[in-house]
Amino acid sequence: MAERCAVVGVGQTNHSSCRADVSIAGLVREAVDRALADAGITIQDVDAVVIGKAPDSLEGVAMPELWLADALAAHGKPVFRVHTAGSVGGSTAIVAAQHVMAGIHGTVLTIGFEKQSDGNAMWALSVPIPFGMPVHAGAGGYFSPIVRGYITRSGAPSHIGAMVAVKDRTNACKNPYAHLHEPDWTLEKALETPMLWDPIRFIETCPSSDGAMALVLMSEERAEKMSGPKAWVHATAMRSEPTAFAGREQVSPRAGEMCAEDLWRKGGITKPAEEIDVVEMYVPFAWFEPMWLENLGFAPRNEGWRWVEDGVTEMTGSLPVNPSGGVLSSNPIGASGMIRFGEACMQVMGTAGEHQIDGAKKAVGHAYGGGSQFFAMWLVSSLKP
Amino acid sequence: MRDVAIVATAQRPSQIGTQLTSVELILPVVAEAVKNAGIQRQDVGFWCHGSCDYMSGQPFSFVAAVDAIGAWPPIVESHVEADGALALYEAWVKLQTGECDIAVVFANGKTTSGPIDRILTLQADPYFVTPLWPGFDAMAALQARACLDAGVVTEEQMAEVAVRSRRDAKSNAVAHLKGDYTVDELLSGPYTTAPLRAHDCSVPVDGANAVVLAADDVARRLAKRPAWIRGIDHRIDTQRLGARSLTTSDSTRIAAEKAGVGRDKVDVAEIYAPYTHQELLLRSAMGLDATTTVINPSGGALVANPAMAAGLARFVEAAEAVFAGRADRAVAHSTSGPCLQQNLVCVMEGD
Amino acid sequence: MSEADGIVRLRQPIGVEYSWSAGPNATSHLSGLMNGKLIGKRCPSCTLVYFPPRNGVCPKCAAILAEDVEVGPKGTISTFCVVNVPFLGQKVKIPYVAAQIVLDGADISMQHLIQECEADEVRIGMRVEPVWKDRSEWGPTLESIAHFRPTGEPDAALGSKAGES
Repeated sequence: MAERCAVVGVGQTNHSSCRADVSIAGLVREAVDRALADAGITIQDVDAVVIGKAPDSLEGVAMPELWLADALAAHGKPVFRVHTAGSVGGSTAIVAAQHVMAGIHGTVLTIGFEKQSDGNAMWALSVPIPFGMPVHAGAGGYFSPIVRGYITRSGAPSHIGAMVAVKDRTNACKNPYAHLHEPDWTLEKALETPMLWDPIRFIETCPSSDGAMALVLMSEERAEKMSGPKAWVHATAMRSEPTAFAGREQVSPRAGEMCAEDLWRKGGITKPAEEIDVVEMYVPFAWFEPMWLENLGFAPRNEGWRWVEDGVTEMTGSLPVNPSGGVLSSNPIGASGMIRFGEACMQVMGTAGEHQIDGAKKAVGHAYGGGSQFFAMWLVSSLKP
Repeated sequence: MRDVAIVATAQRPSQIGTQLTSVELILPVVAEAVKNAGIQRQDVGFWCHGSCDYMSGQPFSFVAAVDAIGAWPPIVESHVEADGALALYEAWVKLQTGECDIAVVFANGKTTSGPIDRILTLQADPYFVTPLWPGFDAMAALQARACLDAGVVTEEQMAEVAVRSRRDAKSNAVAHLKGDYTVDELLSGPYTTAPLRAHDCSVPVDGANAVVLAADDVARRLAKRPAWIRGIDHRIDTQRLGARSLTTSDSTRIAAEKAGVGRDKVDVAEIYAPYTHQELLLRSAMGLDATTTVINPSGGALVANPAMAAGLARFVEAAEAVFAGRADRAVAHSTSGPCLQQNLVCVMEGD
Repeated sequence: MSEADGIVRLRQPIGVEYSWSAGPNATSHLSGLMNGKLIGKRCPSCTLVYFPPRNGVCPKCAAILAEDVEVGPKGTISTFCVVNVPFLGQKVKIPYVAAQIVLDGADISMQHLIQECEADEVRIGMRVEPVWKDRSEWGPTLESIAHFRPTGEPDAALGSKAGES
C-alpha cells in the first residue's frame, strides 16, 4: 500500500563546538540550503517540513520550530516537530518518509539540529530532580556501568573502545563536515587518555557540537524526474521500551534487537553482515560499536569486539562502520541521528567524497536514545525497492 | 487513502495543582481508552505522545510516559514536542502507510507546576522577543486590541463567548470553570491584560487524555459508530506579530480548506481557542456559521486548558459527539504558538 | 563579542521555578527515607519488587505498585563506574564510584555512591550496606543515605531476576 520514497538531497553544516558565526536559524538554514542545492530544488518546492531536535533546554527555546518557520520559509505550509530523545534525528527522518509513503506530500524537507553552544549541555541534560540521588555525571555516568556489563559478559580486552575511537577519529579526517579533525591518534596514545567514567576513556567519548543535517525526500513520481543520485528508502523501523524495570537487559536491549529484526524483515535482508555494505551507527561512546554490532544482528553474541579487533569495521573491512567519523567525531545531539541516516544515503548515492565506500549499494542508518531504549533505523539503497 | 477513525477516547477531570505525576495522570486515561476500544495493549501497532519538556521542568520528561503505557514487549512509539493533536496527526500518517491498523494517541499537560505564561513565552524568538519577556497573555492581548480596533470583534461578543462556554461546561464532567453568568456581569470586571479581562483568558489546568484510532474494518469492528477522519491538515504562519495580519488566521483558513470543512454542513465544532477573541477569529477563518454549527458544546479550552492536551481534548469531545449521534459531521481544531501561529483542522463524520 | 568578528552574542539567563510533585504512589517510599527505612513496592502483576518505585508504576505491566515491601538494608553491586569528571553541581569529590546496587529483597538496581574503600577495590558482586546521614538530615530523598560501604561479606551472585542492570 505504501508508496516508494527516495532521498534526493542531503545537506549538513560544518559541525563544530561553537558556531558563533550563525544564529540557530542560520545554522538550520545552512544545512537546508545545502540539501536543497544537492537536490536541485528551491525552498518554494517543499510541501512540508518535519523537524527534530533533542531537549529544548539545550538552547532555551521552547518548541523552536514555531519561531523557525520564518527561516524555513514555511508560511502556509505544515511544520511538524518530533522529539524522541537521542534517537530523534532518526525518528524525524522516518516520520518525514512516512509523509511521503502515505501519499500525503510529494516533497518533504526534514531537519535535525542542535546548537549546544547556545546553552549549557551538561546542565540541560542533568537538571537535578528532587527525591533522587545526584551521583552520576551526565550521559557518561549513565552508560559507563552498562559498558562495564558488556566487558564483563563478553570478556573483551580493555583496548577495544580505544580502537573504535581511533578508527572513527581517523575516518573523520576524510569528512570535511566533521567537528573533530585529529589525524594523529594512535592506539598507544589513545590508551594514555584518562579514564573519565571508568571504564570509559576520554578518547572514547563524543564531543559536544553545534550542527544540523537536512534531507529532501520525494515520492517516486517526483524523484524519477530528478537527474541526480537517489537513496531509495527500503525499510524503516522504530522500537521503544521502558528505561528501567526488573530484569531489563541493558547491554543488548530487546527494543534494539526487535528494531533490527523488523528492518531486516521489511528490507528482505537475511544475512545482514553480508548484504549490508556500510553502516552509520549511533556510537556516542566507543564501546557501543561492538555492543550494537551484536544487538543489531551483525555479529554473534560476545563476538562484536573481535570484529573490531580484526578490522572488520574499518573503511577497508567487510562491514565498514561510521566512515563519516560517527557521533564520536561530531555530536549535535538532535542532529546526530539524522547525520547517520543522511550519511547512509550519501554512501549509496556515491556522494560521500573521501570517505566513500566504493560501490556501496545498501546502507543502514541507526540511532538510539534515552537509556538505550528508543531505537530508529532505516535501510537505503541505490536500487529501487 | 485508508479510512481511519477515532474509535474510543478517555479523559480525566481537569484539576488545578494536581499532586499526580505525569505518569500517574497518563496511566489511567490510556488504560481506559484501551479498555473502551475493547482491545489489549498488545493489539496497538503504534503509540504517539504529545507533551512539553518546559512545562514539566525536565529534559526528556516524556521518557517516563513510556512507563505508563506498559511498553513491554517493546513497542512502536513516537513523541511530539507539541499538543497531542499533532501526535494524533502523526498516528494518522502512520495508519495511512498501512504499517498498522490500531494506534493510541495520548497527551498530558501540567500547566500548574510552573509559570505557564512565562514558559509559553519561551516559544518566542530567542534573540529579539524573549529577552523582552512580553508574556503569552500579553501577546494575545495585542491581537485582541488589533481585532477590536479593526472592528472584527467587540468586547460584548468576546464576553458572549465566555458566557456560552461556562454555561455549556455545566454539563461536562471534565470541565473546570462552569456556571451561569451574564455579559454585563463579565464586562463589569477589570481588565487583567487590557483589553483582555479574566473571562477572556482560558483557565490553566492539569489534564491528560487519550484517543484510539483504527483503520478500515478494524475501526468498524471496534466502534458502533466510528468518527471517521475525512480530512486533516495543519499549517503555520510566521511568528513575527508585525509580519502578519493579527485579525485573520491564514494558517487556519488553509488547513480548513485542505481538510474540507466547507464541503458540507458542520454540526459541532470543537475549537481550541485559549482566548475569547481567538474563537471568533477561528470561526471566521474556518467559515463556520454559529447559527448552524454548535460551537464548543464542551465549554472548550476556555473553561479548562491543559496546554499540550487541550487540542487533543477537542478531538475527544468532537469524536464523542459523533459516537453519541449528536453530530454527523464535526470539526476538531488545535492551535500552538503565540497568537494562533500554528493551526490544525480535522473533519470527522459518522456513518 | 564572540570570536567571530563583529557578531554579537547576548547572554540571556532564563529562570523558571517549578513545584514538583512526587505523586501519591511514591509517598510511602519517600516517607520511609525520612524515617531511616527502605520501602520498595511490589507489582501486583509480575510480583517483582521495585526500589526505588520510580513513578509508582511497573513499566513492564503498566500496573500501579500497590504493596509496600521493606528491603535491604544490605545489597549487592550489579555494576558501577568510576567518575573522574568534574561537572556543574557535582556534590562529591572525584574520583568516586557510582554503583548500581540491588538491595536484598528488591528486583531492580538503584544508583548510589560507594565510599570507605578505594575505587579500584570495588567490583561487581561486592556486598554493601548503607551509611545513613545524621537523623537531623533525613528527608524524602535517597540523599538521606550518605553513601554505601563494603560489608566485608563474600561476594554474591546476582539473581537472574535482577538482570544486568
